[in-house]
Amino acid sequence: MRRLSLAFDRGPLLATLMLLPAAALLGGLLAFPLALGVLLGFKDATIGDPGSFIGLQNYRYLLTDPVFRITALNTALYTLVTVLFKLGLGLALALILNQRFAGYRFWRSVLLLPYVVPTVLSAFAWWWILDPQFSFISWALVKLGVLDRNVNFLGNSCLARASLMVANIWRGIPFFTVGYLAGLQAIPKELHEAAAIDGAGDWQIFWQITWILLLPLTTILTIFSAIFTFTDFQLIWTITRGGPANATHLFVTLAYQRAIPGGAMGEGAAIAGFTLPFLALLAWAALGALRTQA
Amino acid sequence: MRRAFSLWLPLLAFALFLLFPFYWMVLTSIKPNSELVSVTANPFWVSHPTLDHIKFLLSRTSYPRWFWNTMAVAAGATALSVPVSFSAAFALARVRFRGAEGVSIGIYVAYLIPPAILFIPLADVMLKLGWFDRLWALIPIYSTFLVPFCTWLLVGYLKSIPRELEEAAMVDGASRLRILFAVILPLSVPGLISAFIFCFTLSWNEYLYALVFMSSPENKTVPVGLATELVRGDIYQWGPLMAGALLGSLPVIVIYFFFVEHYVAGMSGALKG
Repeated sequence: MRRLSLAFDRGPLLATLMLLPAAALLGGLLAFPLALGVLLGFKDATIGDPGSFIGLQNYRYLLTDPVFRITALNTALYTLVTVLFKLGLGLALALILNQRFAGYRFWRSVLLLPYVVPTVLSAFAWWWILDPQFSFISWALVKLGVLDRNVNFLGNSCLARASLMVANIWRGIPFFTVGYLAGLQAIPKELHEAAAIDGAGDWQIFWQITWILLLPLTTILTIFSAIFTFTDFQLIWTITRGGPANATHLFVTLAYQRAIPGGAMGEGAAIAGFTLPFLALLAWAALGALRTQA
Repeated sequence: MRRAFSLWLPLLAFALFLLFPFYWMVLTSIKPNSELVSVTANPFWVSHPTLDHIKFLLSRTSYPRWFWNTMAVAAGATALSVPVSFSAAFALARVRFRGAEGVSIGIYVAYLIPPAILFIPLADVMLKLGWFDRLWALIPIYSTFLVPFCTWLLVGYLKSIPRELEEAAMVDGASRLRILFAVILPLSVPGLISAFIFCFTLSWNEYLYALVFMSSPENKTVPVGLATELVRGDIYQWGPLMAGALLGSLPVIVIYFFFVEHYVAGMSGALKG
């Protein structure tokens, strides 16, 4: 014990020992598969066949594949639209909750639930809400006389895309709200009071003080949300499985469909490979943003 | 009056949007089939609530098994990941050594690598290791996204513990190991609670790895079991499906409500550098 204790007092040795378990797990099951995945993207591997190197053939084929092109567009659109809405609505909810009122804790806890509940399980609820025959939205619209028959939310590609976006926004709002609540509470009250004394209106105070002070946080939240949104799998696969007619795929659902049920491991890995440059760019941007904030 | 427009009305609108799917989940899981498919009944209410869907789920499907599978994997992954993360975080936050900066960046990058780009090559690794369709294999697999997140979280937490405490103990002749257990560990309890909650809820939430790597019905987790065994053909069993989603969300919801403050602190803490 005494010896162990002595060994522990030496910095580099101690650090190495303490980092070892994490390094072993992440090296073996994260870094190694990541490298393997990049290699796999250049092979014609299928399930059960390791395949051989075929250079950029998977990537070239995908660029000519209409389904992949739609998927790339979808992913861009889905990320852009939902992140914007999540940011706007998440900030709005944070501003609402940031007012002191009775039941603040209760409302905050309850309104974060969409983010807490397992995504696949809440996605089942959305799927049922969007059911072509029994959707309450259709029921209400027909009853009100707005429509004469049910809406087939997931049967039409545009409606299906919009529906998935709504479900994603629903789930992602609390992420921004929690981030912004912490940010809002860090802004000194005196700033707002001083501005109010100088005669600034609510909007002016918001845009010229609050928004400006929240900008670094906004950058971080946006980047994190973008990363998790464009690699989304759970919502899409549960609600539409990429359908109707492959219209709602994102990179990951298409990679899954081609690689696992489809067996084309190399092609699937290449689809995932397309996300790597974007991921690297976003991770690099996030690192910069975190540093300026700290 | 002003408060109605600045607070209560918008709050109500948000509550309606954010909570409605849960109401729908609860409502469906106690609604008899005759009312579910009725075109005349008011869909927003239930006139003859029933426990049939829950009974069906618990007695006619492998749901209880999936539930315990998920629980075991989540508990195992948490038990593995929290100590590993704490150890790594202590080294990064408290021990001065060359390369600490590089390792920190590596952990951070690992945190941002989504399972979505790893599952294909991992499937290959799992096959070679003979880990395919082995429930316990999910424990080390889950630690690949839990460890980076928790390490990141705990580094931030450990950095906020004043160094003077440690230095004072050192002057008193305490060894580093002793300081770790007698000074740092007790002060890290709130951070560790956050780490525990996140490990557990993130494991419970996981879908893609369990979907790809588990194939026999007795090895499935709740989300995978529901999605693959209850959703078949054109006849969707909405009642049992919603009951399953509801029961499957409960463990996470219970833990969340017990530790809301830790959860929120952890979520915002993970956004700091």
